[in-house]
Amino acid sequence: MPAVRMKSRLITLKPSGMRIEVAEAGKGRDLLFLHGAGGHMLNDPLLAALATKYRVAAPLLPGYGRSDGEDGLRDMLDFTLHTLDAMAKLELEAPIVVGHSMGGMIAAEMAAIARTEVAKLCLLAPAGLWLDDHPVVDIFSKLPYELPALLFHDAEAGKKLMTAGGGDMNDPEFLKQFLVTNARRLGMAGKILFPIPDRGLAQRLHRVIAKTLIVWGQEDALIPPVYGEAFRKAIPGSKLVKVAKAGHAVGQERPDAVLKAIQAFF
Amino acid sequence: MKFTWFHLMPWPYMPDDFRQKHRSVWVDLPNRMYEPERGHSVYHRYLDQLEFAESVGFDGIGVNEHHANAYGLMPSPNIMAATLTRRTSKAALVVLGNSIALYNPPLRVAEEFAMLDVLSGGRLVAGFPVGTSMDTNYAYGTIPALTREKYAEAHELIRKAWAADEPFAFNGRYTKLRYVNCWPKPIQRPAPPIFIPGGGSVETYDFCLDNTYSYSYLSYSGYLRAKLLMEGYWKRVAERKADESPYRAGFAQVICVADTDSEAERLYGPHVSYFYNRCLHVYPGFADAPGYRTIKTIQTGALSQFTQSGRDYPNMTWKDLTENRYVVAGSPETVRQQMEELIRSLRVGNIFCLLHVGDMPDDKVRHSTKLFAEKVMPHLRNLWPEWNNHDDRFWIHPMNERVELKVAAE
Repeated sequence: MPAVRMKSRLITLKPSGMRIEVAEAGKGRDLLFLHGAGGHMLNDPLLAALATKYRVAAPLLPGYGRSDGEDGLRDMLDFTLHTLDAMAKLELEAPIVVGHSMGGMIAAEMAAIARTEVAKLCLLAPAGLWLDDHPVVDIFSKLPYELPALLFHDAEAGKKLMTAGGGDMNDPEFLKQFLVTNARRLGMAGKILFPIPDRGLAQRLHRVIAKTLIVWGQEDALIPPVYGEAFRKAIPGSKLVKVAKAGHAVGQERPDAVLKAIQAFF
Repeated sequence: MKFTWFHLMPWPYMPDDFRQKHRSVWVDLPNRMYEPERGHSVYHRYLDQLEFAESVGFDGIGVNEHHANAYGLMPSPNIMAATLTRRTSKAALVVLGNSIALYNPPLRVAEEFAMLDVLSGGRLVAGFPVGTSMDTNYAYGTIPALTREKYAEAHELIRKAWAADEPFAFNGRYTKLRYVNCWPKPIQRPAPPIFIPGGGSVETYDFCLDNTYSYSYLSYSGYLRAKLLMEGYWKRVAERKADESPYRAGFAQVICVADTDSEAERLYGPHVSYFYNRCLHVYPGFADAPGYRTIKTIQTGALSQFTQSGRDYPNMTWKDLTENRYVVAGSPETVRQQMEELIRSLRVGNIFCLLHVGDMPDDKVRHSTKLFAEKVMPHLRNLWPEWNNHDDRFWIHPMNERVELKVAAE
């Protein structure tokens, strides 16, 4: 796969006036990508794969990267409207809205609220539902070294992806920077995911009329694949694709499989 | 100086292999370990000790709030303080405090604190902690990044509720009340003295100065390591051009007094070890939920005592703990010297004395407490002569004539 260079720029949203960062690359049909609680990876393999076939725009939520204004977003409706504002500002043409994990939760809310604005929806292991018999792992209490095994089927390869270009945890300055970045991101994510990632999406999913593809890693240890079935049942006419040898970071672990599924469906 | 005898009320029956068998004393420790019938005697022994502390001359007796843990068994410190209102008559009841962001509506705290102030005849010191991340976020489910905003709103509501003489409407983001009407109201006007437990959040310094609240640093790592943090506080006091009353600040200290230094180790060593190795055994993932601390605070490098130094405790000996002043222990003269150094170096007017430590049995608690009260405290009383051992803004104002109690059993 040819390497794709993501370019990033700052945009100002209307009417909130919030300044956020958006990563962009590729040519083709428009695709809006919404990241999960961890934000974008350095050299994100999924964004690179998607950009070979689509014009990808990937806005970062406040608290992630150079996007700020996190104090202005508190609850699910704030996140949803903010992301709709970002989509409007990017002037995308009938985009496929792809959301991973927390981003999938936001994408599904957008589709439930702005029914006609989101016509093509792709949810990659989305958060947003809760099944008592299959509790979602409490990501907030996990220590950094525990994350690769929760996010990836191949924890060793995942660890390399996560720390690519990173620093040394024993260096106090790096550690401080890591803690600040982590607190900003997960502090923000906690507003819609803590302590239980259910903000009422279940009672709104039946409103979704978008053509919907759901993708789940068969080895997802964070949000078990049984949630894929729950989303499929809740969204009328949706399709569920399970990807073998992939964990929660299904797109980062199996970018080609996810790209193929999206191309085949839309 | 004001000395408050403070009880954490830990569960004293954690087994020897506790650290190996359990990852945390807080949040997910199975409560099958709690034995209610043993708990009955534990509670009453602890309450007896608080009452004893008043009888030997402590200025205050203190309780606090924690949840889902074996470290401190007071989910409701107000219940404990209520029992103490009946059996004590002089000491300040230092409730340090109620985690006001956790209550819905937070008016509940205004009401219960008012009840305590009225019951005790104006002896309440009210504490408003944010609460640890273990309590506030993991045990009580408050969203970490919204905790402080919720706290600020709850504080505003409580102060308004105490100040008002008529019902009013409160339209907060988190609490909406058409009729705020606090019955009863506290005896102490406009409010009982208020102490704010802080752990190095820089915003808290200003909050205390803005409202004339006393800043209380509750640390278990001793006064040597507290110096930097308290210097930050006093620097802020100077910047704000506030007066430098030592009663603007308080410090918690683990203290063990015996007849000699070596006797102290023999008597208290095992219980100190129980405290540092079992009571403070917190899983680091629960110590600091992302978003709980502000970015500014993380950037200044003030980390939670549970994340920062907790991991060293298993390897620390009695010698390490006492020489580095995590614990102030020894003969009355040793303890006096170290306490004086603590009080002067941190510039504090309030000491929260932790004289019950870990699984310490009652006779040792009373022995240590009595020695401190009789042989140490009198020598420390007047370390701030320019303030006459008192600052009206930061201590209780009991009513003059209180009703005589008729306790049925007596």
